[in-house]
Amino acid sequence: MTIAMSTADWFSLFLHFLSLSLLGVGGAISTAPDMHRFLVDQQGWLTDPQFNASIAIAQAAPGPNVLFIALLGWNVGLNAGGGFTTALLGMAMTMVGIMIPSTTLTYMAGRWGHENRELRAVRAFKQGLTPIVIALLVATGWILATGSTYQVRNWPIWLIAIMSTIIVWRTKLHLLWLLGAGAAIGWMGWV
Amino acid sequence: MISSPEAPVEAPSEPRPRPNSLSDLFFSFTFLALQGFGGVLAIVQRELVEKKKWLTREEFVEDWAVAQIMPGPNVVNLSLMLGDRYFGLRGAMTAVAGMLALPLLVVLCLALVYAQYSENVHVAGALRGMAAVAAGLITATGLKLASALKKNPLGIPLCIGFGVASFVGIALLRWPLAYVLLGIGGLSCVMTYRKMGKRGT
Repeated sequence: MTIAMSTADWFSLFLHFLSLSLLGVGGAISTAPDMHRFLVDQQGWLTDPQFNASIAIAQAAPGPNVLFIALLGWNVGLNAGGGFTTALLGMAMTMVGIMIPSTTLTYMAGRWGHENRELRAVRAFKQGLTPIVIALLVATGWILATGSTYQVRNWPIWLIAIMSTIIVWRTKLHLLWLLGAGAAIGWMGWV
Repeated sequence: MISSPEAPVEAPSEPRPRPNSLSDLFFSFTFLALQGFGGVLAIVQRELVEKKKWLTREEFVEDWAVAQIMPGPNVVNLSLMLGDRYFGLRGAMTAVAGMLALPLLVVLCLALVYAQYSENVHVAGALRGMAAVAAGLITATGLKLASALKKNPLGIPLCIGFGVASFVGIALLRWPLAYVLLGIGGLSCVMTYRKMGKRGT
């Protein structure tokens, strides 16, 4: 697909991601539905397959999953028809937009919290959240392994997830071996 | 089990391992990010806590709580806070750049070749297999960090109670994260605050 992007359009792309930044509590992925609404439904700057592929690739690749936002901008830029120049421009608009507000706030809050780490309120805040944060990690693993619906035919996935949980918990085996084994099992078509 | 939270804090005389330069910080985080398939947290915990020992388990889980509750990508927030602690603003920017720069290039390269292989059943299967392992990595990270709860002022039974409630809310009932953090998390923070008061600390 080819689209025409005016200067105002680039600016509104930047502004939209800027405005979503502070809403992304629990990771940028929680704002993905709104990005879809804006980029695909409202503006028509991306197709559905482009949107989904951006998320899938960023999840499969190493590194923070937030990079899917860079791919969204990259694909908008490619659609704008200027090759790598507009692709890089699009990527800069989405990434800088999504990063600036949240990093600024985290920087200031983190600094304040560290300077006041002896305050009872700060300690209570951090320690009180500890059990919840730990539970969230276990819950995230659970959701990734089971998907949005429970289907018994997915048992090989659960088995692999349980095995890797136990191995990582109880041994010091390097994580890349496990990921490699998972990839090999998948390649053979066993999951 | 709950009688030990008063254990004396280890003497601060022992010099703590820490990154020895900005480039050490940058490459450490790049190295972490490039190993982090399906999320970087598991590898961050293993490298920074278990291998490099820049942080204890307790410090890690506390910083992670802050990184999690602030808006924005969690591991980026965590890198930012750690970088700042070692080298100030320059450190914060270096750590974030380390976490994002090279992985960004990798993602772009993958996007460029993806179109050719997206239909391949082997590739799709391999991705599913890796995703299943990644799910286990995250669960195991949570289980390992659970030992940090031994020193929690809430005591083990309350920690387990809040933890199980959060797990049920998120994993089984699929509540929005904000409800769990504000509701269960808020209650837990208030009770921690009161328990700390009773102990006179």
